[in-house]
Amino acid sequence: MNNLHTLSIKEARDGLDSKKFSSVELTKTCLERTKTVEPKINAYVTVTEEAALRMAKKADELLKNGDLNPLLGIPVGVKDNYCTKDIRTTAASKVLDNFIPPYDASVWDRVKQQGAVLVGKTNMDAWAHGSSTETSDYGATKNPWDTTKLPGGSSGGSGATVAADEVIYSLGSETAGSIRQPASWCGIVGFKPTYGRTSRYGIIAMGSSLDCPGPMTKTVEDSAIVMNSIAGNDPHDATSSEKNVPDYTSYLGKSIRGMKIGYSNDYFEGVDSGVVETVKKAMNKLEELGATIIEVKLFEPKYAIAVYTIIQRSEVSSNLARYDGIRYGDGRDRFEEEAKRRIMLGTYALSSGYYDAYYLKAEKVRTVIINDFNTAFEKVDLIVGPTSPSTALPVGSSKDHPMFGEMADVLVEPSSIAGLPGINVPCGFSKGLPVGLQFIGPQFREGLVFTAGYAYEQVTEWHKRKPDLQSLNK
Amino acid sequence: MIQAKTNHLTEDDVRHIAKLARLHLTEEEVKKFQKQLSSVLDYIEILNEVDTSNVGIPPQIIGKENTFRNDETSPSFPQKGALKNASKKKDGYFVADAVFYE
Repeated sequence: MNNLHTLSIKEARDGLDSKKFSSVELTKTCLERTKTVEPKINAYVTVTEEAALRMAKKADELLKNGDLNPLLGIPVGVKDNYCTKDIRTTAASKVLDNFIPPYDASVWDRVKQQGAVLVGKTNMDAWAHGSSTETSDYGATKNPWDTTKLPGGSSGGSGATVAADEVIYSLGSETAGSIRQPASWCGIVGFKPTYGRTSRYGIIAMGSSLDCPGPMTKTVEDSAIVMNSIAGNDPHDATSSEKNVPDYTSYLGKSIRGMKIGYSNDYFEGVDSGVVETVKKAMNKLEELGATIIEVKLFEPKYAIAVYTIIQRSEVSSNLARYDGIRYGDGRDRFEEEAKRRIMLGTYALSSGYYDAYYLKAEKVRTVIINDFNTAFEKVDLIVGPTSPSTALPVGSSKDHPMFGEMADVLVEPSSIAGLPGINVPCGFSKGLPVGLQFIGPQFREGLVFTAGYAYEQVTEWHKRKPDLQSLNK
Repeated sequence: MIQAKTNHLTEDDVRHIAKLARLHLTEEEVKKFQKQLSSVLDYIEILNEVDTSNVGIPPQIIGKENTFRNDETSPSFPQKGALKNASKKKDGYFVADAVFYE
Protein backbone atom coordinates (compact mmCIF):
# COMPACT_ATOMS: atom_id res chain seq x y z
CA MET A 1 0.00 0.00 0.00
CA ASN A 2 1.22 3.53 -0.72
CA ASN A 3 1.55 6.26 1.94
CA LEU A 4 -1.18 8.57 0.77
CA HIS A 5 -3.19 8.08 3.98
CA THR A 6 -0.35 9.62 6.02
CA LEU A 7 -0.62 12.96 4.24
CA SER A 8 -1.84 16.20 5.78
CA ILE A 9 -4.57 18.30 4.14
CA LYS A 10 -1.90 20.63 2.74
CA GLU A 11 0.11 17.75 1.28
CA ALA A 12 -3.01 16.07 -0.10
CA ARG A 13 -4.12 19.36 -1.69
CA ASP A 14 -0.73 19.83 -3.35
CA GLY A 15 -0.73 16.25 -4.59
CA LEU A 16 -4.28 16.38 -5.95
CA ASP A 17 -3.80 19.76 -7.63
CA SER A 18 -0.54 18.74 -9.26
CA LYS A 19 -2.17 15.47 -10.38
CA LYS A 20 0.31 13.25 -8.53
CA PHE A 21 -2.65 11.13 -7.50
CA SER A 22 -6.41 11.24 -7.74
CA SER A 23 -9.04 11.61 -5.05
CA VAL A 24 -10.18 8.05 -5.77
CA GLU A 25 -6.63 6.74 -5.15
CA LEU A 26 -6.31 8.80 -1.98
CA THR A 27 -9.73 7.64 -0.79
CA LYS A 28 -9.07 3.98 -1.58
CA THR A 29 -5.85 4.17 0.46
CA CYS A 30 -7.72 5.61 3.44
CA LEU A 31 -10.42 2.95 3.10
CA GLU A 32 -7.80 0.21 2.94
CA ARG A 33 -6.08 1.63 5.98
CA THR A 34 -9.46 1.79 7.73
CA LYS A 35 -10.15 -1.89 6.99
CA THR A 36 -6.71 -2.87 8.32
CA VAL A 37 -6.77 -1.03 11.62
CA GLU A 38 -10.45 -0.94 12.50
CA PRO A 39 -10.51 -4.40 14.16
CA LYS A 40 -8.00 -2.98 16.67
CA ILE A 41 -9.24 0.62 16.94
CA ASN A 42 -13.04 0.66 16.38
CA ALA A 43 -13.04 4.36 15.58
CA TYR A 44 -16.16 4.40 13.40
CA VAL A 45 -19.84 3.81 13.99
CA THR A 46 -20.45 3.69 10.24
CA VAL A 47 -17.89 3.42 7.45
CA THR A 48 -19.39 4.97 4.32
CA GLU A 49 -17.34 3.17 1.66
CA GLU A 50 -19.83 3.49 -1.19
CA ALA A 51 -20.51 7.15 -0.53
CA ALA A 52 -16.79 7.82 -0.18
CA LEU A 53 -15.96 6.34 -3.57
CA ARG A 54 -18.87 8.15 -5.17
CA MET A 55 -17.77 11.47 -3.66
CA ALA A 56 -14.16 10.84 -4.65
CA LYS A 57 -15.16 10.18 -8.24
CA LYS A 58 -17.15 13.41 -8.31
CA ALA A 59 -14.19 15.24 -6.77
CA ASP A 60 -11.90 13.97 -9.50
CA GLU A 61 -14.27 15.39 -12.13
CA LEU A 62 -14.28 18.74 -10.37
CA LEU A 63 -10.49 18.64 -10.13
CA LYS A 64 -10.30 18.01 -13.89
CA ASN A 65 -12.39 21.13 -14.40
CA GLY A 66 -9.89 23.12 -12.38
CA ASP A 67 -11.97 23.57 -9.21
CA LEU A 68 -9.87 25.11 -6.47
CA ASN A 69 -11.57 24.37 -3.14
CA PRO A 70 -9.18 23.79 -0.22
CA LEU A 71 -10.96 20.64 0.99
CA LEU A 72 -11.91 19.21 -2.42
CA GLY A 73 -11.33 15.50 -2.78
CA ILE A 74 -9.87 15.01 0.67
CA PRO A 75 -11.10 12.10 2.87
CA VAL A 76 -12.60 13.19 6.20
CA GLY A 77 -14.10 11.52 9.24
CA VAL A 78 -17.17 13.17 10.75
CA LYS A 79 -18.22 12.72 14.37
CA ASP A 80 -21.47 10.83 14.54
CA ASN A 81 -23.31 13.71 16.22
CA TYR A 82 -23.24 15.71 12.98
CA CYS A 83 -26.39 15.14 10.95
CA THR A 84 -25.33 13.89 7.52
CA LYS A 85 -28.20 13.84 5.06
CA ASP A 86 -29.29 10.34 4.02
CA ILE A 87 -26.40 8.83 5.97
CA ARG A 88 -27.11 7.10 9.26
CA THR A 89 -26.36 9.26 12.29
CA THR A 90 -26.53 7.82 15.78
CA ALA A 91 -24.67 10.04 18.26
CA ALA A 92 -23.33 6.59 19.27
CA SER A 93 -26.63 5.78 20.99
CA LYS A 94 -28.97 2.90 20.27
CA VAL A 95 -31.84 5.40 20.59
CA LEU A 96 -30.82 6.63 17.12
CA ASP A 97 -29.65 3.29 15.76
CA ASN A 98 -31.77 3.66 12.63
CA PHE A 99 -31.88 7.42 12.32
CA ILE A 100 -31.28 8.76 8.81
CA PRO A 101 -31.16 12.56 8.95
CA PRO A 102 -33.14 14.37 6.26
CA TYR A 103 -30.73 17.30 6.37
CA ASP A 104 -27.05 18.18 6.78
CA ALA A 105 -25.44 19.90 9.73
CA SER A 106 -24.27 23.32 8.54
CA VAL A 107 -20.59 22.72 9.31
CA TRP A 108 -20.66 19.39 7.44
CA ASP A 109 -22.57 21.03 4.58
CA ARG A 110 -19.84 23.66 4.14
CA VAL A 111 -17.20 20.97 3.88
CA LYS A 112 -19.38 18.77 1.65
CA GLN A 113 -20.05 21.67 -0.73
CA GLN A 114 -16.31 21.91 -1.27
CA GLY A 115 -16.22 18.33 -2.48
CA ALA A 116 -14.96 16.58 0.64
CA VAL A 117 -15.01 12.79 0.73
CA LEU A 118 -16.78 11.20 3.72
CA VAL A 119 -14.97 8.07 4.87
CA GLY A 120 -17.24 7.45 7.83
CA LYS A 121 -19.09 8.64 10.94
CA THR A 122 -16.72 8.48 13.83
CA ASN A 123 -17.34 6.93 17.22
CA MET A 124 -17.94 9.00 20.31
CA ASP A 125 -19.26 8.78 23.84
CA ALA A 126 -23.00 8.28 23.45
CA TRP A 127 -24.63 11.74 23.15
CA ALA A 128 -21.12 13.18 23.67
CA HIS A 129 -21.51 12.44 27.37
CA GLY A 130 -17.97 11.61 28.28
CA SER A 131 -14.25 11.94 27.94
CA SER A 132 -13.34 8.38 27.07
CA THR A 133 -15.37 7.17 24.05
CA GLU A 134 -16.00 4.00 26.01
CA THR A 135 -19.56 4.98 26.80
CA SER A 136 -20.45 4.53 23.13
CA ASP A 137 -23.27 2.05 22.54
CA TYR A 138 -21.11 0.71 19.69
CA GLY A 139 -18.09 -0.33 21.72
CA ALA A 140 -15.08 1.60 22.94
CA THR A 141 -12.58 3.14 20.56
CA LYS A 142 -8.97 2.27 21.39
CA ASN A 143 -6.02 4.60 21.36
CA PRO A 144 -3.82 3.95 18.28
CA TRP A 145 -0.69 4.56 20.40
CA ASP A 146 -1.65 1.73 22.79
CA THR A 147 -4.83 -0.20 22.28
CA THR A 148 -5.14 -0.98 26.00
CA LYS A 149 -5.71 2.74 26.47
CA LEU A 150 -8.58 5.08 25.72
CA PRO A 151 -8.41 7.72 23.00
CA GLY A 152 -10.18 10.27 25.18
CA GLY A 153 -13.55 11.75 24.33
CA SER A 154 -16.09 12.50 23.42
CA SER A 155 -14.54 12.97 19.95
CA GLY A 156 -12.38 9.87 20.49
CA GLY A 157 -13.26 8.32 17.13
CA SER A 158 -12.37 11.54 15.33
CA GLY A 159 -9.12 11.68 17.27
CA ALA A 160 -8.19 8.06 16.65
CA THR A 161 -9.00 8.12 12.90
CA VAL A 162 -6.61 11.04 12.46
CA ALA A 163 -3.88 9.56 14.66
CA ALA A 164 -4.12 6.23 12.84
CA ASP A 165 -4.23 7.87 9.39
CA GLU A 166 -7.61 6.36 8.58
CA VAL A 167 -8.57 9.81 7.30
CA ILE A 168 -6.69 12.98 6.42
CA TYR A 169 -8.62 14.99 9.02
CA SER A 170 -11.77 14.79 11.11
CA LEU A 171 -14.55 16.99 12.36
CA GLY A 172 -15.32 16.84 16.06
CA SER A 173 -17.21 18.84 18.63
CA GLU A 174 -16.40 20.16 22.06
CA THR A 175 -18.64 21.02 24.97
CA ALA A 176 -15.85 20.96 27.56
CA GLY A 177 -12.76 19.20 26.36
CA SER A 178 -14.25 16.86 23.78
CA ILE A 179 -11.92 18.04 21.00
CA ARG A 180 -8.86 19.12 22.95
CA GLN A 181 -8.62 16.19 25.36
CA PRO A 182 -8.82 13.36 22.77
CA ALA A 183 -6.42 15.40 20.62
CA SER A 184 -4.06 15.43 23.60
CA TRP A 185 -4.40 11.69 24.29
CA CYS A 186 -4.09 10.82 20.56
CA GLY A 187 -1.16 13.15 19.85
CA ILE A 188 -2.86 15.32 17.23
CA VAL A 189 -4.00 18.93 16.81
CA GLY A 190 -7.47 19.70 18.16
CA PHE A 191 -9.01 23.14 17.83
CA LYS A 192 -11.97 24.46 19.79
CA PRO A 193 -13.28 27.70 18.29
CA THR A 194 -14.90 30.51 20.27
CA TYR A 195 -18.49 29.59 21.11
CA GLY A 196 -20.66 30.75 18.23
CA ARG A 197 -17.75 30.86 15.74
CA THR A 198 -18.96 27.64 14.09
CA SER A 199 -22.63 26.77 13.66
CA ARG A 200 -24.33 24.26 15.95
CA TYR A 201 -27.16 23.67 13.48
CA GLY A 202 -27.50 19.96 12.84
CA ILE A 203 -25.10 18.95 15.60
CA ILE A 204 -27.05 16.69 17.94
CA ALA A 205 -27.29 19.02 20.90
CA MET A 206 -25.67 18.39 24.24
CA GLY A 207 -25.11 21.70 26.05
CA SER A 208 -26.52 24.47 23.96
CA SER A 209 -24.51 27.23 25.65
CA LEU A 210 -21.30 25.23 25.31
CA ASP A 211 -21.23 23.06 22.15
CA CYS A 212 -18.56 24.03 19.57
CA PRO A 213 -17.92 22.09 16.34
CA GLY A 214 -14.24 22.11 15.35
CA PRO A 215 -11.42 20.43 13.39
CA MET A 216 -9.12 17.59 14.45
CA THR A 217 -6.05 17.46 12.25
CA LYS A 218 -2.46 16.29 11.87
CA THR A 219 -1.01 19.81 11.80
CA VAL A 220 -1.82 23.33 12.96
CA GLU A 221 -1.88 24.55 9.36
CA ASP A 222 -4.53 21.95 8.50
CA SER A 223 -6.59 23.17 11.43
CA ALA A 224 -6.48 26.75 10.12
CA ILE A 225 -7.41 25.53 6.63
CA VAL A 226 -10.50 23.73 7.95
CA MET A 227 -11.47 26.67 10.18
CA ASN A 228 -11.45 28.95 7.13
CA SER A 229 -14.11 26.70 5.61
CA ILE A 230 -16.31 26.03 8.60
CA ALA A 231 -16.33 29.27 10.60
CA GLY A 232 -18.93 31.93 10.05
CA ASN A 233 -22.46 33.07 10.71
CA ASP A 234 -25.32 30.67 10.05
CA PRO A 235 -28.89 32.00 9.93
CA HIS A 236 -30.04 28.56 11.13
CA ASP A 237 -28.16 29.02 14.41
CA ALA A 238 -29.34 32.08 16.34
CA THR A 239 -26.32 31.91 18.62
CA SER A 240 -23.79 31.95 15.80
CA SER A 241 -21.59 35.01 15.62
CA GLU A 242 -21.96 37.62 12.91
CA LYS A 243 -18.30 38.64 13.17
CA ASN A 244 -16.22 38.43 10.00
CA VAL A 245 -14.06 35.36 9.52
CA PRO A 246 -10.42 36.29 8.82
CA ASP A 247 -8.06 34.08 6.81
CA TYR A 248 -6.73 31.97 9.68
CA THR A 249 -3.79 30.75 7.60
CA SER A 250 -2.49 34.34 7.52
CA TYR A 251 -1.68 33.99 11.23
CA LEU A 252 0.69 31.10 10.63
CA GLY A 253 4.37 31.90 10.52
CA LYS A 254 4.11 35.10 12.56
CA SER A 255 6.74 35.41 15.28
CA ILE A 256 5.76 35.08 18.93
CA ARG A 257 8.64 37.32 20.02
CA GLY A 258 7.28 39.68 22.63
CA MET A 259 4.06 37.73 23.10
CA LYS A 260 3.03 37.54 26.75
CA ILE A 261 1.89 34.02 27.61
CA GLY A 262 0.45 33.34 31.04
CA TYR A 263 0.32 30.14 33.05
CA SER A 264 -1.39 29.35 36.32
CA ASN A 265 0.12 27.04 38.96
CA ASP A 266 -3.38 25.79 39.69
CA TYR A 267 -3.41 24.27 36.20
CA PHE A 268 -0.45 22.08 37.19
CA GLU A 269 -1.96 20.85 40.46
CA GLY A 270 -2.68 17.15 40.46
CA VAL A 271 -1.13 16.74 37.02
CA ASP A 272 0.97 13.68 36.22
CA SER A 273 4.65 14.39 36.81
CA GLY A 274 5.56 13.16 33.32
CA VAL A 275 3.04 15.57 31.81
CA VAL A 276 4.30 18.48 33.95
CA GLU A 277 7.88 17.83 32.90
CA THR A 278 6.99 17.59 29.22
CA VAL A 279 4.80 20.71 29.25
CA LYS A 280 7.42 22.74 31.12
CA LYS A 281 9.98 21.81 28.45
CA ALA A 282 7.50 23.03 25.83
CA MET A 283 7.06 26.30 27.71
CA ASN A 284 10.86 26.73 27.72
CA LYS A 285 10.74 26.37 23.95
CA LEU A 286 8.26 29.22 23.80
CA GLU A 287 10.69 31.38 25.75
CA GLU A 288 13.45 30.43 23.31
CA LEU A 289 11.18 31.73 20.57
CA GLY A 290 11.00 35.06 22.36
CA ALA A 291 7.73 34.83 24.23
CA THR A 292 7.56 36.06 27.81
CA ILE A 293 6.09 33.45 30.16
CA ILE A 294 4.33 35.12 33.07
CA GLU A 295 2.61 33.56 36.06
CA VAL A 296 -1.02 34.61 36.37
CA LYS A 297 -3.58 33.88 39.05
CA LEU A 298 -6.65 32.26 37.57
CA PHE A 299 -9.82 31.17 39.28
CA GLU A 300 -9.24 27.65 40.61
CA PRO A 301 -10.30 25.07 38.01
CA LYS A 302 -12.18 23.00 40.62
CA TYR A 303 -15.06 25.49 40.61
CA ALA A 304 -15.36 25.13 36.87
CA ILE A 305 -16.04 21.43 37.37
CA ALA A 306 -19.09 22.17 39.50
CA VAL A 307 -20.30 24.95 37.19
CA TYR A 308 -19.94 22.77 34.13
CA THR A 309 -21.56 19.74 35.74
CA ILE A 310 -24.73 21.66 36.56
CA ILE A 311 -25.02 23.73 33.39
CA GLN A 312 -24.24 20.87 31.05
CA ARG A 313 -26.52 18.35 32.71
CA SER A 314 -29.35 20.88 32.90
CA GLU A 315 -29.03 21.66 29.21
CA VAL A 316 -28.71 17.96 28.41
CA SER A 317 -31.94 17.14 30.23
CA SER A 318 -33.70 19.69 28.05
CA ASN A 319 -32.00 18.69 24.80
CA LEU A 320 -32.62 15.00 25.24
CA ALA A 321 -36.30 15.52 26.07
CA ARG A 322 -37.04 15.42 22.33
CA TYR A 323 -36.10 11.74 22.10
CA ASP A 324 -39.55 10.36 22.71
CA GLY A 325 -39.52 7.83 19.88
CA ILE A 326 -42.38 9.58 18.09
CA ARG A 327 -40.79 11.63 15.31
CA TYR A 328 -37.48 9.76 15.10
CA GLY A 329 -35.43 7.23 17.01
CA ASP A 330 -36.46 4.53 19.41
CA GLY A 331 -37.94 5.17 22.81
CA ARG A 332 -36.31 6.48 25.95
CA ASP A 333 -35.81 2.90 27.14
CA ARG A 334 -32.82 2.76 24.87
CA PHE A 335 -30.89 5.37 26.85
CA GLU A 336 -27.93 3.82 28.58
CA GLU A 337 -26.76 4.59 32.11
CA GLU A 338 -24.64 7.66 31.54
CA ALA A 339 -27.33 9.45 29.56
CA LYS A 340 -29.94 8.59 32.18
CA ARG A 341 -27.72 9.86 35.00
CA ARG A 342 -27.14 13.15 33.25
CA ILE A 343 -30.77 13.65 32.34
CA MET A 344 -31.74 12.92 35.94
CA LEU A 345 -29.28 15.36 37.46
CA GLY A 346 -30.22 18.07 34.98
CA THR A 347 -33.92 17.55 35.57
CA TYR A 348 -33.38 17.88 39.30
CA ALA A 349 -31.24 21.00 38.97
CA LEU A 350 -33.87 22.71 36.86
CA SER A 351 -36.86 21.55 38.85
CA SER A 352 -39.06 23.82 40.88
CA GLY A 353 -37.41 24.88 44.12
CA TYR A 354 -33.94 23.93 42.96
CA TYR A 355 -33.39 26.12 39.89
CA ASP A 356 -31.97 29.07 41.88
CA ALA A 357 -29.72 26.94 44.04
CA TYR A 358 -28.25 25.03 41.17
CA TYR A 359 -28.64 26.34 37.61
CA LEU A 360 -28.81 30.04 38.41
CA LYS A 361 -25.98 29.79 40.92
CA ALA A 362 -23.86 27.92 38.37
CA GLU A 363 -24.55 30.57 35.73
CA LYS A 364 -23.49 33.30 38.16
CA VAL A 365 -20.24 31.54 38.99
CA ARG A 366 -19.81 31.18 35.25
CA THR A 367 -19.91 34.99 35.00
CA VAL A 368 -17.22 35.18 37.70
CA ILE A 369 -15.05 32.81 35.64
CA ILE A 370 -15.59 34.84 32.44
CA ASN A 371 -14.62 38.05 34.28
CA ASP A 372 -11.58 36.29 35.72
CA PHE A 373 -10.32 35.40 32.25
CA ASN A 374 -10.97 38.95 31.04
CA THR A 375 -8.79 40.26 33.86
CA ALA A 376 -6.04 37.78 33.01
CA PHE A 377 -6.13 38.77 29.34
CA GLU A 378 -5.40 42.35 30.33
CA LYS A 379 -1.99 41.11 31.48
CA VAL A 380 -1.27 38.37 28.92
CA ASP A 381 -2.09 37.61 25.28
CA LEU A 382 -2.63 33.88 25.72
CA ILE A 383 -2.70 31.26 28.44
CA VAL A 384 -0.65 28.04 28.21
CA GLY A 385 -0.61 24.79 30.12
CA PRO A 386 -1.18 21.06 29.95
CA THR A 387 -4.40 20.08 28.15
CA SER A 388 -5.05 17.04 30.32
CA PRO A 389 -3.85 16.05 33.81
CA SER A 390 -2.68 12.72 32.46
CA THR A 391 -1.83 10.81 29.34
CA ALA A 392 -4.33 8.31 27.95
CA LEU A 393 -5.92 6.26 30.72
CA PRO A 394 -6.58 2.50 30.48
CA VAL A 395 -9.76 1.14 28.94
CA GLY A 396 -12.32 0.74 31.74
CA SER A 397 -11.23 3.83 33.67
CA SER A 398 -14.53 5.63 33.27
CA LYS A 399 -16.81 2.81 34.45
CA ASP A 400 -19.06 3.65 37.40
CA HIS A 401 -17.38 6.98 37.88
CA PRO A 402 -20.20 9.53 37.64
CA MET A 403 -17.89 12.51 37.21
CA PHE A 404 -15.04 10.91 35.27
CA GLY A 405 -15.30 13.33 32.37
CA GLU A 406 -15.49 16.41 34.50
CA MET A 407 -12.42 15.42 36.50
CA ALA A 408 -10.46 14.44 33.38
CA ASP A 409 -11.31 17.73 31.69
CA VAL A 410 -10.59 20.04 34.64
CA LEU A 411 -7.94 21.97 32.71
CA VAL A 412 -10.15 22.73 29.73
CA GLU A 413 -13.50 23.26 31.44
CA PRO A 414 -12.89 26.86 32.54
CA SER A 415 -12.14 28.01 28.98
CA SER A 416 -15.14 26.09 27.63
CA ILE A 417 -17.42 27.70 30.18
CA ALA A 418 -16.13 31.13 29.13
CA GLY A 419 -16.63 30.34 25.43
CA LEU A 420 -12.92 30.86 24.69
CA PRO A 421 -10.98 29.46 21.72
CA GLY A 422 -8.24 26.94 22.42
CA ILE A 423 -5.90 24.50 20.73
CA ASN A 424 -4.12 21.30 21.67
CA VAL A 425 -0.74 20.69 20.06
CA PRO A 426 1.33 17.55 20.70
CA CYS A 427 4.37 18.46 22.82
CA GLY A 428 6.06 15.18 23.61
CA PHE A 429 5.58 11.78 25.16
CA SER A 430 5.46 10.37 28.65
CA LYS A 431 5.86 6.60 29.05
CA GLY A 432 5.22 6.23 25.33
CA LEU A 433 1.93 8.12 25.33
CA PRO A 434 1.31 11.56 23.79
CA VAL A 435 1.30 14.70 25.93
CA GLY A 436 -0.66 17.76 24.83
CA LEU A 437 0.04 21.46 25.25
CA GLN A 438 -2.88 23.87 25.21
CA PHE A 439 -3.13 27.54 24.34
CA ILE A 440 -6.23 29.51 25.29
CA GLY A 441 -7.08 32.90 23.84
CA PRO A 442 -9.67 35.62 24.35
CA GLN A 443 -12.98 35.26 22.54
CA PHE A 444 -12.63 35.54 18.74
CA ARG A 445 -8.82 35.67 18.88
CA GLU A 446 -8.45 32.34 17.04
CA GLY A 447 -5.66 33.90 15.00
CA LEU A 448 -3.48 34.49 18.05
CA VAL A 449 -3.99 30.90 19.16
CA PHE A 450 -2.99 29.65 15.71
CA THR A 451 0.12 31.85 15.69
CA ALA A 452 1.36 30.41 18.98
CA GLY A 453 0.41 26.82 18.15
CA TYR A 454 2.13 26.98 14.77
CA ALA A 455 5.25 28.67 16.13
CA TYR A 456 5.70 25.89 18.69
CA GLU A 457 4.88 23.10 16.25
CA GLN A 458 7.34 24.28 13.63
CA VAL A 459 10.35 24.05 15.95
CA THR A 460 9.46 20.53 17.08
CA GLU A 461 8.96 17.15 15.42
CA TRP A 462 6.18 15.72 17.61
CA HIS A 463 3.52 16.13 14.95
CA LYS A 464 5.56 13.95 12.56
CA ARG A 465 5.51 10.89 14.81
CA LYS A 466 2.98 8.20 14.07
CA PRO A 467 1.77 5.28 16.20
CA ASP A 468 3.18 1.89 15.21
CA LEU A 469 0.00 -0.09 14.63
CA GLN A 470 1.89 -3.08 13.28
CA SER A 471 3.35 -3.96 16.64
CA LEU A 472 0.16 -3.87 18.71
CA ASN A 473 -0.80 -7.21 20.16
CA LYS A 474 -4.39 -6.67 21.24
CA MET B 1 -16.32 3.53 44.00
CA ILE B 2 -17.92 6.83 44.96
CA GLN B 3 -19.51 6.84 48.40
CA ALA B 4 -22.08 9.54 49.06
CA LYS B 5 -21.14 11.55 52.14
CA THR B 6 -24.64 12.82 52.68
CA ASN B 7 -27.94 11.68 51.35
CA HIS B 8 -28.97 14.56 49.14
CA LEU B 9 -31.54 12.47 47.41
CA THR B 10 -33.76 9.74 48.71
CA GLU B 11 -34.89 6.83 46.58
CA ASP B 12 -38.30 8.50 46.39
CA ASP B 13 -36.66 11.66 45.07
CA VAL B 14 -34.99 9.56 42.39
CA ARG B 15 -38.31 7.98 41.40
CA HIS B 16 -39.92 11.43 41.22
CA ILE B 17 -37.14 12.84 39.03
CA ALA B 18 -37.34 9.82 36.75
CA LYS B 19 -41.06 10.46 36.31
CA LEU B 20 -40.42 14.11 35.42
CA ALA B 21 -37.76 13.04 32.94
CA ARG B 22 -39.93 10.30 31.45
CA LEU B 23 -37.31 7.68 32.23
CA HIS B 24 -38.09 4.20 33.36
CA LEU B 25 -35.69 2.95 36.03
CA THR B 26 -35.36 -0.51 37.52
CA GLU B 27 -35.20 -0.77 41.32
CA GLU B 28 -31.52 -1.56 41.00
CA GLU B 29 -31.00 1.63 39.01
CA VAL B 30 -32.97 3.66 41.58
CA LYS B 31 -30.59 2.46 44.32
CA LYS B 32 -27.52 3.01 42.20
CA PHE B 33 -28.57 6.48 41.05
CA GLN B 34 -29.51 7.51 44.57
CA LYS B 35 -25.90 7.04 45.61
CA GLN B 36 -24.28 8.36 42.46
CA LEU B 37 -26.45 11.46 42.04
CA SER B 38 -26.10 12.27 45.74
CA SER B 39 -22.34 12.15 45.44
CA VAL B 40 -22.43 14.51 42.46
CA LEU B 41 -24.63 16.91 44.41
CA ASP B 42 -22.10 16.68 47.27
CA TYR B 43 -19.45 17.92 44.92
CA ILE B 44 -21.61 20.75 43.62
CA GLU B 45 -21.80 22.20 47.17
CA ILE B 46 -18.42 23.76 46.37
CA LEU B 47 -20.27 26.47 44.44
CA ASN B 48 -21.46 27.93 47.73
CA GLU B 49 -17.86 28.97 48.41
CA VAL B 50 -18.05 31.51 45.59
CA ASP B 51 -19.47 34.93 46.36
CA THR B 52 -21.90 35.85 43.62
CA SER B 53 -23.80 38.55 45.50
CA ASN B 54 -22.56 41.19 43.07
CA VAL B 55 -23.29 39.21 39.97
CA GLY B 56 -26.41 40.29 38.11
CA ILE B 57 -28.19 38.45 35.35
CA PRO B 58 -25.59 36.34 33.55
CA PRO B 59 -25.08 37.67 29.99
CA GLN B 60 -25.16 35.57 26.82
CA ILE B 61 -21.72 34.07 26.30
CA ILE B 62 -20.73 36.13 23.26
CA GLY B 63 -23.07 39.04 23.89
CA LYS B 64 -25.69 38.11 21.30
CA GLU B 65 -29.14 39.58 21.70
CA ASN B 66 -32.37 39.33 19.78
CA THR B 67 -31.34 37.44 16.66
CA PHE B 68 -34.15 37.96 14.18
CA ARG B 69 -34.75 37.02 10.59
CA ASN B 70 -36.81 38.84 8.02
CA ASP B 71 -40.48 37.96 8.12
CA GLU B 72 -40.40 36.24 4.76
CA THR B 73 -41.82 32.88 3.82
CA SER B 74 -39.65 30.23 2.27
CA PRO B 75 -40.18 26.56 1.38
CA SER B 76 -40.52 24.58 4.57
CA PHE B 77 -39.37 21.07 5.27
CA PRO B 78 -41.22 18.56 3.07
CA GLN B 79 -43.72 16.41 4.91
CA LYS B 80 -42.23 13.22 3.50
CA GLY B 81 -38.78 14.03 4.86
CA ALA B 82 -40.21 14.95 8.22
CA LEU B 83 -42.02 11.61 8.49
CA LYS B 84 -39.15 9.52 7.20
CA ASN B 85 -37.87 8.41 10.59
CA ALA B 86 -41.17 8.09 12.39
CA SER B 87 -41.80 4.68 13.89
CA LYS B 88 -45.56 5.02 13.46
CA LYS B 89 -47.32 7.21 10.94
CA LYS B 90 -50.82 7.46 9.52
CA ASP B 91 -52.26 9.60 6.72
CA GLY B 92 -49.23 11.87 6.74
CA TYR B 93 -49.29 12.35 10.53
CA PHE B 94 -47.08 11.14 13.38
CA VAL B 95 -48.82 8.63 15.63
CA ALA B 96 -48.40 9.23 19.34
CA ASP B 97 -49.91 7.84 22.52
CA ALA B 98 -53.22 9.37 23.51
CA VAL B 99 -52.89 12.07 26.13
CA PHE B 100 -56.51 11.86 27.22
CA TYR B 101 -58.47 8.69 27.57
CA GLU B 102 -62.20 8.32 27.55
